[in-house]
Amino acid sequence: MHTSTDSGNIVFQTLGLTKVYDMGEVQVHALRGVDMELYAGELVVLLGPSGSGKSTLLNILGGLDIPTDGKVIYRDHDLTRSTDRELTEYRRYHVGFVFQFYNLIPSLTACENVAVVTEIAKKPMRPEDALAIVGLNDRLDHFPAQLSGGEQQRVAIARAIAKNPTVLLCDEPTGALDSTTGIVVLEAIERVNRDLGTTTAVITHNAGIADMADRVMQLSDGLLAEQHRNKQKKSPQQLHW
Amino acid sequence: MKTLDRKLLRDLWHMRGQAIAIALVIVSGVATFIMSLSTLHSLQLTQATFYQDYRFADVFVSLKRAPEALRARIAEIPGVDKVETRVVTQVNLDIEGFSDPVRGQVLSIPDEGESILNRLYLRQGRLVDSTRDREVVLTEAFAQAHGLKLGDSLHAIINGRRKALTIVGIVLSPEYIYQLGPGDLSPDFKHYGIMWMARKPLGTAYDMEDAFNDVVLTLFAGSQPEDVIDRLDDLLEPYGGLGAYEREDQISHRYLSEDFKQLGQMATIFPIIFLGVAAFLLNVAATRLISTQREQIAALKAFGYSNLDVGLHYQKLIIVVVLVGVVGGLGVGVWLGTGLSEIYMQFYRFPFLKYELQPGVVMAAVVVSVLAAVFGTSNAVRKAILLPPAEAMRPEPPAGYRQTLIERLGLQRMFSQPTRMIARHLERRPVKSLLSVAGIAFACAIMMVGRFQEDAIEYMVDVQFELAQRQDLTVTFVEPTSGRGLYELQSLQGVEHAEAFRVVPARLRFGHRSYRTSIQGIEPDGVLQRLLDAELKPIELPPAGVILTKHLSKMLGIRPGDLLTVEVLEGRRPVREVPVVALVKEYVGLSAYMERSALNRLMHEGNAISGVHLSADIRYESEIYTALKKTPRVAGTVARENAIRNLFDSFGDTLLIFTFVNTLLAGTIAFGVVYNSARIAVSERSRELASLRVLGFTRAEISYILLGELGALTLVAIPFGLVIGLGLCAYIASGLQTDLYRVPLILEPSTYAFAATVVLLSACISGLMVRRHLDHLDLVAVLKTKE
Repeated sequence: MHTSTDSGNIVFQTLGLTKVYDMGEVQVHALRGVDMELYAGELVVLLGPSGSGKSTLLNILGGLDIPTDGKVIYRDHDLTRSTDRELTEYRRYHVGFVFQFYNLIPSLTACENVAVVTEIAKKPMRPEDALAIVGLNDRLDHFPAQLSGGEQQRVAIARAIAKNPTVLLCDEPTGALDSTTGIVVLEAIERVNRDLGTTTAVITHNAGIADMADRVMQLSDGLLAEQHRNKQKKSPQQLHW
Repeated sequence: MKTLDRKLLRDLWHMRGQAIAIALVIVSGVATFIMSLSTLHSLQLTQATFYQDYRFADVFVSLKRAPEALRARIAEIPGVDKVETRVVTQVNLDIEGFSDPVRGQVLSIPDEGESILNRLYLRQGRLVDSTRDREVVLTEAFAQAHGLKLGDSLHAIINGRRKALTIVGIVLSPEYIYQLGPGDLSPDFKHYGIMWMARKPLGTAYDMEDAFNDVVLTLFAGSQPEDVIDRLDDLLEPYGGLGAYEREDQISHRYLSEDFKQLGQMATIFPIIFLGVAAFLLNVAATRLISTQREQIAALKAFGYSNLDVGLHYQKLIIVVVLVGVVGGLGVGVWLGTGLSEIYMQFYRFPFLKYELQPGVVMAAVVVSVLAAVFGTSNAVRKAILLPPAEAMRPEPPAGYRQTLIERLGLQRMFSQPTRMIARHLERRPVKSLLSVAGIAFACAIMMVGRFQEDAIEYMVDVQFELAQRQDLTVTFVEPTSGRGLYELQSLQGVEHAEAFRVVPARLRFGHRSYRTSIQGIEPDGVLQRLLDAELKPIELPPAGVILTKHLSKMLGIRPGDLLTVEVLEGRRPVREVPVVALVKEYVGLSAYMERSALNRLMHEGNAISGVHLSADIRYESEIYTALKKTPRVAGTVARENAIRNLFDSFGDTLLIFTFVNTLLAGTIAFGVVYNSARIAVSERSRELASLRVLGFTRAEISYILLGELGALTLVAIPFGLVIGLGLCAYIASGLQTDLYRVPLILEPSTYAFAATVVLLSACISGLMVRRHLDHLDLVAVLKTKE
């Protein structure tokens, strides 16, 4: 379906990805055989209602979780066959995460929250520079509790990109924010994608965000229901929900 | 500093209340450990140095009288290194301005100038000059007790003759580090003095010119003391030998060894309890911390921190708390250790105290504490390590509650909704609840240990002086005397009642076991000295047979009805088989008793007595003392009042300090456990409690839900604590069952009440501190934050 055929640019490829959660007496099928690709430098929005399996997909792509069945290929690595140590290394050097609830460490300042990641990365940018990219260079020494939700999420984005990751995975980055603040956050994500060329996947249940993507995938009930390429990418300022 | 370490410090600061509470418990554990071990090692080192430098003997023996020529034959016994013969006598002393009877022991110093064994450490002045017959050196303790200085004089009744002696030196002796008078319960420096005179004048006064009545010797390394003792006893038997004994049985050394044993015991029990509680508290705190930081852990792992990194991070946090506790404990331990050593120095007369903190002890404290903490928290840290990041991203599932046993039994109508919440919460985590109960219970138990010694000593004194020995004065004669001596004393003005007694040194033998003690012959219908059975009822004295102290019968493995071999070590030294007819309960010493006339018959003697117990009118006290001092035959007088007062004087301060320290320690544990549980409960349930406030519950009502749980834990813990305390005291008492004394397991009701009160108070204080947090619960903020 996709137009790009240059398989050399494929960052992620999943084949028959299945995830079943064993919840005691019931089994929850979060993913039921998802086949998809992600290409270098693109910004993809994964849409789906809650329970559609999008977070599970993102977690598996990020090496946080392993599928019950199927394959995930990151470049030439089969993540499904990686050891825990390899997955840790993969996350450490290649993946940047942004979470719905920011997951900042409350006892560290904005700058330190970024530093906690740059300290273990290979060629990180300076935490101050990362924060400058998200427009927070005047908030370096503030603790999370002293920042607004949008600012916290931007710190989280700075933290995610500071290591110069290959992919940026964002799980409902605006889920806990009002739309104005959400747009500021999306702008930050877009700028990273555009300026640094970081392959970016944003999952959301908010269809309004989909217009800023290169490509939109629709997940429903653990299956990839539909995907399309946006002919006209909108900038975050043009979005509203 | 790494950013993660910065997080660690800030996390610690955030939970400082809990961290301090836990560190305090560790401080207590490490402090008791350091205090007891450093004191023990210091005392042992001091003792060893003193023994070695001042040539403390290996074997000791007293006898009636032997010619000096025998010394060469003693020296020939294989294994004997050095021999010193001495003249040792008991005297009555007269000190100006002090009317109480004072007994003393005078030992000879060789005329050549200095002893070869049991040498004296000269604190002041000089040793005696053998050409002058009125010079004496005193132990420092005795001199201090009476404010005696060099050049002062005192009077001694030496062999019936009153003699003025001039003090030329103040000394300390390895033989009298612990100075206990015969029959005394505690060192009494005012009423019992030890002194040394030149051999010549002392020998002349006691008809011991070129003769001796006491021998001390050292052995070559590797020689068998038992063999030497056997040969020595054979050699001295014709000279009235009283049986040689090893250093282990030397009285001063024995008391030291027993105290060292107790210190060793203290160095184990208390630290185990404290570190156990600390490990538990750390585990609870770490578990809670890790569960509140689930999302942070998930984020760290998502960004590529390995499981090991995360595990180490939390482990580091725990170790920081432990190290703070250890450092504090070291400080407090050294402080308490020097204090405790000073207390011991009041009992033990060492010339110096080498207080030092051995690096090994410090290392041990660090290693044991860190290991306890690491082991105790391994479960919590493992949780952090194993926490799958994807799962950690999601909030913790709501805790699973169920109906409690009470509710399943259908009794719920008796309880309000909040009370049901308390019960369900407690029942949901039974292990944690149980461990909290155990922690608080141990606080209660430690409190009891602090008071136990006081109770036991008071009880022993009651039994010893109110029920068994009810005389006001005990007068002993220099030698066995005819029964007429009784009437002389009875006729003294102020004496109300007098009872004669006979004491005979003897070795008691049953099978292959034997014990050297004395047989006391007492009056059958005595009202002053009585024997008590296990129920403390006076025993009727049978006309024949011997009565043994229960502990002695156990040591000899003999039971009533068995025949005991009595080898008398006095006079014609008869050896007789005597049936054991009864056992008595006594807490001090190991004696055997017979009816006096039966003992006289056994000795083939007439109506002989060794001394007299007197009850007297207090108004005539000084007249009686004066009269007794003038009576030549009287070797010594002991006043009961003085003995009791002295006992409390010598132990009073120590006990007070122990009780105080134990109260602090117990308070620390109680506070640590309750405060921690409370803080964690607040953190776990603030949302729930804030919701209730929003629904209209008052502050008091939500406080009840939270603090009621702690109250319930405390109330459940107290009875357990009392039982554990009893067990701990029983364990400590079991270490205090020796032939010197047996400390009974006695705990007064007031001790139970006191322990429970201290725990309740600590719980209340920590409850109030936490209540503050509840009052400041930010309802809106709590409800806004996501679970």
